[in-house]
Amino acid sequence: MTTAELIGQDPGWLILVKAIFVFAICVLLTLMAVWGERRIVARMQMRLGPNRVGPFGLVQALADGVKLALKEDLIPAAADKIVFIIAPIISATTCFMSFAVIPIAGPVTLFGHKTAMQLTDLPVGVLYVLAVASVGVYGIILAGWSSGSTYPLLGGLRATAQVISYEVAMGLSLVAVFIYAGSMSTSEIVAAQQKWWFAVVLFPSFVIYAISMVGETNRAPFDLAEAEGELVGGFHTEYSSLKFALFFLAEYINIVAVSALATTLFLGGYHALPGLTFTEQWLGGWFTMVWFFAKVLFFFFIFVWLRGTLPRLRYDQFMEFGWKILIPVSLFWIMVVATLRVLSLQGASRLVVVAFASGIVLIVLLINIAFDSAKKRAESIPEVEVTTPSFPVPKLPVSEPEEPRG
Amino acid sequence: MINVAIEVGQTQTPEAVLFWILGPLAVLAALGMLLVKKAVHSALFLAWIMITLAIFYIAQDAPFLGIVQIVVYTGAVMMLFLFILMLVGVDSADSLTETIRGLRPIAIVAAVGFGGLMVSLLSRATLGRTFVGLQDANADGNVPALADLLFSKYVWAFEVVSALLITAALGAMVLAYNHRLVARPTQRDLAIARFRTGSLANAAGLPNPGVYALHNAVDVPALLPDGTPAQASISATLKARGDVIDSHPFQLEQLRPTDKEEK
Repeated sequence: MTTAELIGQDPGWLILVKAIFVFAICVLLTLMAVWGERRIVARMQMRLGPNRVGPFGLVQALADGVKLALKEDLIPAAADKIVFIIAPIISATTCFMSFAVIPIAGPVTLFGHKTAMQLTDLPVGVLYVLAVASVGVYGIILAGWSSGSTYPLLGGLRATAQVISYEVAMGLSLVAVFIYAGSMSTSEIVAAQQKWWFAVVLFPSFVIYAISMVGETNRAPFDLAEAEGELVGGFHTEYSSLKFALFFLAEYINIVAVSALATTLFLGGYHALPGLTFTEQWLGGWFTMVWFFAKVLFFFFIFVWLRGTLPRLRYDQFMEFGWKILIPVSLFWIMVVATLRVLSLQGASRLVVVAFASGIVLIVLLINIAFDSAKKRAESIPEVEVTTPSFPVPKLPVSEPEEPRG
Repeated sequence: MINVAIEVGQTQTPEAVLFWILGPLAVLAALGMLLVKKAVHSALFLAWIMITLAIFYIAQDAPFLGIVQIVVYTGAVMMLFLFILMLVGVDSADSLTETIRGLRPIAIVAAVGFGGLMVSLLSRATLGRTFVGLQDANADGNVPALADLLFSKYVWAFEVVSALLITAALGAMVLAYNHRLVARPTQRDLAIARFRTGSLANAAGLPNPGVYALHNAVDVPALLPDGTPAQASISATLKARGDVIDSHPFQLEQLRPTDKEEK
């Protein structure tokens, strides 16, 4: 029985239980993620991080949340009141929605019902996640616009440009997965990876998705929409109390959601690591959930690692990277993947496939050589000799004594 | 899962409930889009209409169309949003003055004509009958069925539309492209220029405004070592607005006499 059929048999109360489960997981993961991020970043900076509230500081995030909720809720006089209130609500609700199509575990028995741990299974599941994400960005843009102040507006505009350009690259990287899985449903994509993970088969797509998912979630080094060095707090500068908490929640749930999608699309979803497939039968199938969350947390760790390591990109470089590198590369890669897929579906001989693949490699090499030689030629042009400056400069201690200039 | 309503060939209760809740909301949003003053609010209502339409599509067993409607149109409305911000201004509102003479009668004639067309079309539609053919159309899945149609029967129309869109995009780029006469100065050029031209005192950046306990620091000039206010420490915008406060009262010379009195 397919996952879709399994889910179709769910009685109403089971759907409700699953919805509450997904919601609880999102909130719980956010609390743990905030704590985890602070601890990991602290370790990377040779500090301890929060370790006072609860064992290992585990409830620090909860304490901070309570404090945040009790703060005064300010609405600036220049703000567009209704939109100002709606914006964080849009942000927070949409990020929960994308979790509905993520398969968290394999087929399991829940209160005597055999079902799949997935709220619903759409034939266009992955597109649904993209759609929900693009609605979620409205929260950020509207927050920026409605604040009635300059820095939030700039942050909101940056977020728009960023999401529009990186969503293109993200969508293109997903196309290769659709071609190979022959479906856009998350459960069928997971099923198609039983033998080989798409992270191996479609490695370039995986890399492009991984980069664009950082861009999509506004996280360092791509956190230009809330760059605190340039824009104070970016789009959420004017927000306080619970409204700010909603943005905070949305950011972390989004990270978990894109990580979950990456796990589903490229790392085999809830399937065990190759060679450990016998663990999938443990605990009546529930052990697959451990695999799923292990992979999600792996991605989350990468997110934190990036934040701890890389400085923020300059805005124009960020855009150039998206449009001039990521998108052309993914377009080229999709052409290659589509051709290979058609060749293998029509039963072409191995010789043809190998010839095609080596032809592609040759083309890439030639392009690379051409670029390198152009770069060398540009470097070989001697730089114009800099004349001595016309303003007074201090004498260097090692240089010969000479007349003061200027 | 999705094929709930269709075996009967008649609208079922959940779908009807959905329609009667979202339908009026969509109509209200459509009216709001026309009637609100701020352009951004208008764009927001438009986004809401698009999303309700998408939900209707999904409810009628066209999940692909519904989801694509959201992906495409929310992106489009976002672009509209940007255009409003860039071309009309952040807080733009409709003005009711007629900028082009005779625009109002033309608009009324066009609106009545279009409305009449719509009413005559809709009045000829058959309502309340059973519907047929959906089961066959979605026989091997909604997405493959749509793909089959799109890439066989309608491939020509599909290609023409995409050519049209690409032409439009290229046209917009050509129109918006601004040819620079001089190459844009890089960060390096700017740094060099800062040292070569202008005074050396500004090479490391302008001085900060004064910091005084009684005042918002950005609108009060800092004091130089000789006691004169450093005019360069105030933002040009504040200066143009005339929002600069004199820093004269904060000079140390004026405070000194009180020191002496205490002694």
